[in-house]
Amino acid sequence: MKDAPDQPHVAPTLFVPEPQCRPGDKPDFTGLVFPRAGDARRPPIDARAEDIHDLAYSLIRVLDDHGKAVGPWAGSLSDEEALAGLRDMLKTRAYDARMLLAQRQGKTSFYMLSLGEEAIACAFSKALRPGDMNFPTYRQQGLLISSGYPILDMMNQCYSNAKDPVKGRQLPVMYSSKAHGFFTISGNLATQFVQAVGWAMASAIAGDSKIAAGWIGDGSTAENDFHSALVFASTYKAPVILNIVNNQWAISTFEGVARGRAPTFAARGIGFGIPSLRVDGNDYFAVNAAARWAADRARAGHGPTLIEFVTYRGGAHSTSDDPSAYRPKEEFAEWPLGDPIERLKAYLIARKLWSEERHVQARAEIETEMVQLQKEAEKNGTLHLGPNPSPKTMFEDVYKEMPPHLVRQRQEAGV
Amino acid sequence: MPRMTMIEAIRSAMDVAMERDPRVVVFGEDAGYFGGVFRCTQGLQKKYGKHRCFDAPISESGIIGTAIGMAAYGLRPCVEIQFADYMFPGYDQLTQEAARIRYRSAGDFTVPMVARMPTGGGIFGGQTHSQSPETLFAHIPGLKTVIPSNPYDAKGLLIAAIEDDDPVIFLEPKRLYNGPFDGHHDRPVTPWKSHELGEVPAGHFTEPLGRAAIRREGRDVTILAYGTMVFVALAAAEETGVDAEVIDLRTLVPLDLETIEESVKKTGRCVVVHEAPKTCGFGAELLALVSERCFYHLEAPATRVAGYDTPYPHAHEWHYFPGPKRVGSALKAVMENV
Ligand SMILES: Cc1ncc(C[n+]2csc(CCOP(=O)(O)OP(=O)(O)O)c2C)c(N)n1
Ligand SMILES: [Mg+2]
Repeated sequence: MKDAPDQPHVAPTLFVPEPQCRPGDKPDFTGLVFPRAGDARRPPIDARAEDIHDLAYSLIRVLDDHGKAVGPWAGSLSDEEALAGLRDMLKTRAYDARMLLAQRQGKTSFYMLSLGEEAIACAFSKALRPGDMNFPTYRQQGLLISSGYPILDMMNQCYSNAKDPVKGRQLPVMYSSKAHGFFTISGNLATQFVQAVGWAMASAIAGDSKIAAGWIGDGSTAENDFHSALVFASTYKAPVILNIVNNQWAISTFEGVARGRAPTFAARGIGFGIPSLRVDGNDYFAVNAAARWAADRARAGHGPTLIEFVTYRGGAHSTSDDPSAYRPKEEFAEWPLGDPIERLKAYLIARKLWSEERHVQARAEIETEMVQLQKEAEKNGTLHLGPNPSPKTMFEDVYKEMPPHLVRQRQEAGV
Repeated sequence: MPRMTMIEAIRSAMDVAMERDPRVVVFGEDAGYFGGVFRCTQGLQKKYGKHRCFDAPISESGIIGTAIGMAAYGLRPCVEIQFADYMFPGYDQLTQEAARIRYRSAGDFTVPMVARMPTGGGIFGGQTHSQSPETLFAHIPGLKTVIPSNPYDAKGLLIAAIEDDDPVIFLEPKRLYNGPFDGHHDRPVTPWKSHELGEVPAGHFTEPLGRAAIRREGRDVTILAYGTMVFVALAAAEETGVDAEVIDLRTLVPLDLETIEESVKKTGRCVVVHEAPKTCGFGAELLALVSERCFYHLEAPATRVAGYDTPYPHAHEWHYFPGPKRVGSALKAVMENV
C-alpha cells in the first residue's frame, strides 16, 4: 500500500446550520435568489427526469411584478377560474381568522392557520378530478374550501360538536372527507406521504385513471416515510403528485435543518429519478400550471412528479406556538414572493376584471358569510360547553363490530 | 431550597449533567435555539454551545439512531422526542438496537443514552398528543423505563438516567409539567410552587432508578400508580375516606417489587391505576406479580383502573381519563369485597 498523500491537519467539526435571521435581526432574504416570472421552461409531460434537472433548482413563476401572467406556464386558467381562485383564497383566509378567534375565545382547544400559503391548496385542487385523492397535512384546508366542502362541517369539526363529522375524535383541523378527495389527517407527520403512493399504485393496479396527491411540509421531509414514498413512487411509476410545501419553518426550526446541504427540496427527487419541479407557491397561476402538468403526466401513465412549493408560513405554527421567540416578526411582510392574494388581485385588476372596491366588498361578503356559518356551527355546540357527540360514540369505530371487551367497558363507563 | 416546576427541574437536571460531564449532549426537534416546545431545554444551547445542544431534523429514527452512534463513541446523549406519540418512527432503533447492543456484543459496545418524551393526556391534545406508551418500552429487555410524578423526582431521576450506563426511556407526564393534577379538571390549577415536591436542590443529586416512593401511608388498600395517576389516586383516597397506601412506582423497569409486596401483604388489597389502555397495560404485569407474590394475603381480587381500549378521544377527554371518581369506585368496590 502506498502512503496517502500529505493532508493538512484539519479536524472535522460539527456543522450546525442556522437561519439567516433571529428575533431582533432585520429580515434578510438576500440568500434566496429567485428567477424572474416566465423564465422557467415548460417541458413536455413525458419528459424524462434526467432531462429536466434544471427545474428542480429553478422556480416556476407566472405572475410578474406588474400583474401580468407571463411565460410558457401561463394560460392554464380562464378569467372565471382566476376570479374563483381569488374568492377561494379570500374564503380560506377569512375562515382561518374566524377559527383562530374562536380558539382564542376558548371555544375550542387548538387551531392552525394556512396564512400566506392559500394559493397552494386552492390552485392545486383545480387540477384534480372527482375521484382523485389528496393525502394532506393539517395546513391544506384550502383543498376542502376550494372544492366546495361545506365550511359549516369544517367548523363543526373544529368545535368537536354534536354535528362533527368525525364525532369529536380528532383535534381541530384534522378533517376527513372521502367524497371530497381528502384523506383523514394524521397527527403523525409524513405517514400520509407514502400512503398516497400506495393509493396511486392501487389505481394503477386497477387500471384506473385516478391519481393521488401526497402532501408534506419542509421539516417533515426528514422522516423515513418521505424517502419510502419516493422509492415506491419511482419504482412502480405510481400516478402520484408528491407535494412538498416549503414554508421556511417547521415550528421553530428553519428549513435548512431538513434540507441539509442540498440547495432545494425539489432536488430530493433527482436521486430517485423522479421529475421534480420547484414552484412559486404564492403564485396562483404557477401552482395551478405545475399541478396540471403533473396531473396530466400521471394520468397519461408517465409516473410521479415531485413538486416543491416555495412559500412562507405567515402565522404561528399553531395556537400553541409563539414565533416571536425564534424569528423576526417582520419576515412575513418582507417575504420576497409576496402575498398570494395580493398577487392574484393585482393580476385581475390589471385585466380590468376586478377593482379595489370590489375586493373590499367581496371581503365584507365573505366575512358576513363566515360569521353566519359560525353562528350556525355554534348552535351545534362548542368543545367545552357542548353539546358534543354522545360519549358512547367514543367506543365505536375502534373496530367494525364492537368486541365484547369494549361493550363491557362501555357499560362500565355508564354511557 | 429553590422552587421549580417540573419543566424547570428537568432543565436543571440537564444543565447540571452537562456542566459536570462534557460527554453529555442534548438534541431533538426544536430543542436547540428555541429550547423545545415545552421549553425543557431552554437556555442550554446558549450556555453550552451548538455542539452540545442543537435542533434535529424531524426524524425520530434519525434522532435515536444518531444517539446510539454517539453513545457507542463514548458520549452520553440525552435526546428529546417531542411527544411520546411520535417515538414510533424511532421504535425500531430503540427496541431492536439501543436495547440489545450490550447483549449482542457481550458488553463490547454499550448505549448510555436517555430518550426523554412527554407522555399522557389531560391537555386536550387528541389522539396524537395524549398517549401513554410506557408498556411498549417496559416490555423490551434492555431498556429502563422511568416516569416521575413531581419536580424533585424528575430532576433526581433524570440525572441518574443520564449517568446510567444503559438506555433509559424517560417519560414526562405533560399534565404535571406545571403543577400536580388530581383529575379535577374543573378546579383551578395548583402550581408546583405551593407543593412540597416542588422544592428541588439547585445542584447535583440523584434518585436511584428502581425505587418506589410511598406517597401516602395507609392500612386498607394499596394503590399502585405512576405519573399523573399518583395525584388522582391521592385525591380518590381522600374523597372516599378509604385508608389507602399510595405507591408511586417512579421506575417501571427496574421495578421496586419489595415495596409493592410489603405494602400489599400489609393491606391485603390492591388497585392499580394507569392512564394507558387497559389491555396488556403495565397494570397487567403488576397484577400478575401481586398475584404471584401476595395471593394468600389478598382479601379481595386485585383490580385495575385504566384508560379504555380506544384511541384517546379529543372531545371525550374527561370520559376517557381515569379520574378520581373512577378510582374511588374501584377503592369502594375492593373494600366491600370482604
Ligand atoms: C412523527 C412526528 N414527529 C413530530 C411531530 C411534532 N410536530 C408537529 S408539526 C411539526 C413541524 C412540521 O413542520 P413542517 O413539516 O415544515 O410543516 P409545517 O408545520 O411548516 O406546515 C412537528 C415537529 C409530529 N406531529 N409527528
Ligand atoms: Mg414547514
